[in-house]
Amino acid sequence: MDVTDQTFESEVLKSETPVIVDFWAAWCTPCRMLSPVVEEFSLEYKGKIRVLRLDVDANPNIAGRFAIFSIPSLLFFKQGRLVDQIVGACTKSKIISVAGNVWEEV
Amino acid sequence: MSEKEKRIYDNVIIGAGPAGLTAGLYAIRAGRSVLVLEQLAPGGQAVTTWQVDNYPGLPHVNGAELMMKMNTQIQEFNVPIVLDQVIQVTPGDVHTVHCAGADYSARTVIIATGAIPKKLGVPGEDAFRGRGVSYCATCDGAFFKDVPVAVVGGGNTALEEAEFLTRFASKVYLIHRRDAFRADQIIQDHVLKMSKIETVTPKVPFRIVGGEQGVQGIAIGPRDGKEEKVIEVKGVFIFTGLTPQTGFVKETVSLDKGGYIKTDQRFMTTQPGIFAVGDCRDNIVKQIIVAAGEGAAAAVLADKYLQPAGI
Repeated sequence: MDVTDQTFESEVLKSETPVIVDFWAAWCTPCRMLSPVVEEFSLEYKGKIRVLRLDVDANPNIAGRFAIFSIPSLLFFKQGRLVDQIVGACTKSKIISVAGNVWEEV
Repeated sequence: MSEKEKRIYDNVIIGAGPAGLTAGLYAIRAGRSVLVLEQLAPGGQAVTTWQVDNYPGLPHVNGAELMMKMNTQIQEFNVPIVLDQVIQVTPGDVHTVHCAGADYSARTVIIATGAIPKKLGVPGEDAFRGRGVSYCATCDGAFFKDVPVAVVGGGNTALEEAEFLTRFASKVYLIHRRDAFRADQIIQDHVLKMSKIETVTPKVPFRIVGGEQGVQGIAIGPRDGKEEKVIEVKGVFIFTGLTPQTGFVKETVSLDKGGYIKTDQRFMTTQPGIFAVGDCRDNIVKQIIVAAGEGAAAAVLADKYLQPAGI
């Protein structure tokens, strides 16, 4: 599911569930390579973690607010707070491991 | 415990870049049962190259487009590509490829895991990763509109990426530790005369400096460390070589000092039936066409390897 400059507050910052936001752009090929990995992770952790995508071209405010200078970047949010991030394409194990570090209950 | 598939594949290919995809194409056309394992979507490093000018037959092709074409061509032959991460390979009469999700049995294994950009190893590099430090101009160049950036390196990749960055940046400092660049002459002739590019040689980077807002500069100087100078830039793009992705087989096959897999003239590693091709191998020439060629050759040689056994 996509999140935008307009919906970021309600979908991410006010979310009770932990959220991972996948910052991407259409022209970024490593972002496209990471997509199926993120997709698979999101299916496995359905109900425990919400995974949202943010297009940095269409949503410059949020991309600017979190000083995104490299994509793909995965940002991990817990109760409205940014708690960790992964820069660059990575494996599913890496996402699981960071998620496990930041959210004990996962 | 991950589940183990009962079936035994003739070839399990690890990696779906140019080497692995081409190996898959040749193996399936030889009538072999094939499985390709990839930890991301297919494509490999080649997808980050903006323009490939040295792949014969496809002039000026975009790297991502080239890889998409390769993948599409292979899909026509129904080569299965499974999204999984290989953890280890146990050699045997039948080799076992252990993945995060499942284990697979293979009569031959072709390792085509490629390489990733090498780190520079200076202070600030990790701290500012994603906040100005980048290893991919086509991914991140657009974030540096009308600001100065630095490129570190002197080979083909460094110069090509510097050229790409001139689309966005106000200025591109090209920092190299020698006076002479290693890139092909045709690339040097074109790139070094561009008005936005300023060469900074022979200088080595000491550290990347910055603050809350990210990178603010790169400290450089002669090798002896004297006369340090900070060049003000918002981005530092690092292209100083490659690190092979071979950690998962370091107990299984012999690696050279750089971590590349040692092979013989038939692309066989020190384990019979386990082959290695492309940028993860101890070849000298890291090129898309070479990786693809080695993938083709290894698939044919793996086929021949199985024939005496009547398989």
